[in-house]
Amino acid sequence: MSTVQIDKTIDARGMACPGPLMNLIGAIRQGAVGDTFDVLSSDEGSKTDIPAWVAKAKQELVEVRPDEGCTHFVVRKVR
Amino acid sequence: MDEQEKPLSVVLFSGTDDKLNAAAVLTVGAAAMGRPVHLFLQYYALDAFRAGRVQVDHALSPEATSAQAPAVRAHPGAHWSELLQQAKEVGEVDIQACALSMDMFHLTRADLDPIVDGVEGVAAFMASAGDGQVLFV
Repeated sequence: MSTVQIDKTIDARGMACPGPLMNLIGAIRQGAVGDTFDVLSSDEGSKTDIPAWVAKAKQELVEVRPDEGCTHFVVRKVR
Repeated sequence: MDEQEKPLSVVLFSGTDDKLNAAAVLTVGAAAMGRPVHLFLQYYALDAFRAGRVQVDHALSPEATSAQAPAVRAHPGAHWSELLQQAKEVGEVDIQACALSMDMFHLTRADLDPIVDGVEGVAAFMASAGDGQVLFV
């Protein structure tokens, strides 16, 4: 378990690429600066796509944590 | 996404669901990464964007073998039209019908799905492509 405070969990397990990323982008757009999102994805593409998008969009990738059958991507909206 | 990115320009020629889906995935990825995307609809792809025909089965390309086709059809990924809609929501995506293909199939603007932004000639498409890449699908 992580100690990071999560404001919203985005359960995108089972979604095909690029679904989980698109859900994250939507949540970041609607969220407030400072909000932290936990994206659960079972899509292999997310492992490269989410870090690439977060870097490009200049948001913050707080944590990438493998779990059973999925990976957690904890992302903070910083701008 | 502050700096202006080079546009990605894609000519959609094939009208089969697999190629439209592959092109839509490229489009949504480019749009998410801040690149403007221009789509130019020609021939069979234009036919797939006719009003009321977007959701029908547009079959698969000839290279899909009988062993591969079931996997393609069973994949739970979003429909290409939905991916294009998402691309428009996250980025700058312009979908234009090729004037020549419109003429070929005797189509007018009213015959096209609303996801299509307009009709233009090839020179206008090339002008919008600038010195960015042009892909042909």
